[in-house]
Amino acid sequence: MYIKLENINKNFGNFKASDNVSFEIEKGKLIALLGPSGSGKTTILRMIAGLEHQDDGNIYIDGKLVNDISVQDRGIGFVFQSYALFPYLTVFDNIAYGMRVRKKSKEEIASKVEELLELVGLEGLSKRYPDQLSGGQRQRVAFARALATEPQVLLLDEPFAAIDAKVRKELRRWLKDMIEKLGITSIFVTHDQEEAVEVADELIITNQGRVEQMGTPVDIYRNPKTAFVAQFIGESVILEDYEYEKIKGFSKKENTPKAAIRPEFVQVFPAGNRQEKSSADMKGKVIHTEFRGTSVELTIAYENLEIKASHQIEDFAVKKGDEVYFKVTRLYAFDDNNAYTLINETLKDNPEMYYI
Amino acid sequence: MENQNSIITKILKSGVITWILLLLIWSFGALFYTPDFLPNPIVTIEGAKDLVTSGTLFADIIVSLGRVLKGWSLGLLFAIPVGLCVGNFKVISYVFEPFLNFFRFVPAIGFITLFLLWFGVGETSKVALIFYAVIFPVMVNTIAGVRSVDYSLVEAAESMGASKRRTFFTVIVPSAVPNIFTGARLGLSGAIICIVAAEMLAASEGLGYLIYTSRLYYRTDWIFAGIFTLGLIGFLADKLLRFLGAKFLYRFGVR
Repeated sequence: MYIKLENINKNFGNFKASDNVSFEIEKGKLIALLGPSGSGKTTILRMIAGLEHQDDGNIYIDGKLVNDISVQDRGIGFVFQSYALFPYLTVFDNIAYGMRVRKKSKEEIASKVEELLELVGLEGLSKRYPDQLSGGQRQRVAFARALATEPQVLLLDEPFAAIDAKVRKELRRWLKDMIEKLGITSIFVTHDQEEAVEVADELIITNQGRVEQMGTPVDIYRNPKTAFVAQFIGESVILEDYEYEKIKGFSKKENTPKAAIRPEFVQVFPAGNRQEKSSADMKGKVIHTEFRGTSVELTIAYENLEIKASHQIEDFAVKKGDEVYFKVTRLYAFDDNNAYTLINETLKDNPEMYYI
Repeated sequence: MENQNSIITKILKSGVITWILLLLIWSFGALFYTPDFLPNPIVTIEGAKDLVTSGTLFADIIVSLGRVLKGWSLGLLFAIPVGLCVGNFKVISYVFEPFLNFFRFVPAIGFITLFLLWFGVGETSKVALIFYAVIFPVMVNTIAGVRSVDYSLVEAAESMGASKRRTFFTVIVPSAVPNIFTGARLGLSGAIICIVAAEMLAASEGLGYLIYTSRLYYRTDWIFAGIFTLGLIGFLADKLLRFLGAKFLYRFGVR
């Protein structure tokens, strides 16, 4: 394993920022630390960088214990949330900073900066100052600057947080391509699920200083291992107190009173001329609709429950107040610690009936 | 209409109105008193004319400016490095700050007699007094500048391998420039304010000397001329300083 964290604990006063954190990262992987704010993800990143020090536990980079190695000598590249470009230096001097620290020759610096500017697509802007660049351009300069010292690990703290939504998507893809091309082991912090899923090879989900689960986006999405992950990933409706028994096709699982249902797990059919009636069908009323681009999120009232469903617009038109049939293909039942995937019992025999 | 509006705003912004108002109030007030008590603008200009033709005003300006510049630049040379160190190094700040926070409330005028006693009646005591007036605003602002450095810049430098020393010179010092510049401006005004006090005792020339000794001849108009000259010098010096700051330190955030 390339990066290894072993039983890391870190307190800020009474606040437990890291609670026995352990994980391992393979060389060349792009990892997202995903969690709500205050979950300790940035602290983990800063401890790997050496900007913060764990109270106990060990951090290894490339098999070497780095606990006592200062940030200067850890061989990491760090991209700050605010970019932290030096406003009084040109783009060239910003990127050259780390190489000048390392006493590289003038020619070497000039050619490396040129190479990096080309890599990040900012040729010809070397004489500009940071305040003469757009947010996206600044981010690219910060990225180039972090790479200039040829680090073993690239660490990015909320790299897209300060960029407007339109550029953000483009920049995400760009960053992913770039990191893949360079093959550098990278970890980035984010609170945006969409971003994490889209960019990262693997996710580490953090909550209250703990690592809840680590795995590929698909793995985490399909098999949440803990109650937190089941609720946090996706935009689930949470049912308490065995309420999920009311959903057709599901029966009570002992000691797991709660359930999370994602909108993608709910299929909706028009109430009128429904051809294929299934025993899993339930009839409900649409009480709220929310436009989501190519789909609409429906809130369906059923008994005393409110279920959310993701509905493709081109299937059929639905408006508030309509009655619809719907069925739930799967849900996550969970107790305080563990989550289990339950598949609709009436659909188990003909698995082509459900998806995701 | 819009054109007219913009001309009016331009005039308002230029500050001309302020000066005209001041002149009017002054002239009006002077109607009720003798020129010895409150000379009107015309009397003052005539008085200033005497001073100009005799050459004393010009000579006094040169002398006072020389003292101000000497005290000010020595003050900057001392206060900026000290402020940078106090702001950056905890141990130095523990030792130095109580001293700083005590003396910065003691005005330079309080030291006139002591400085005459210690540095004699020559130039040294006057420059020392201005130096004293300059160093506190410069130190206080420099310290504040160091302490308000965006810490992520420091971390960025360190993550690229920069030592503490290198970070100090390449990140902390440049980031503190706008505050240092503000301190220098305040120091300059402090120096000009202090020149009168410095030249009040044991001086034979200078604007402060002119203002202080004119009372002996009942030349209130000369006092007024001296006061206006001082104000004008301060006003122009600050303008020049800001112009130079914006021109050469723009990249460091001086506006």
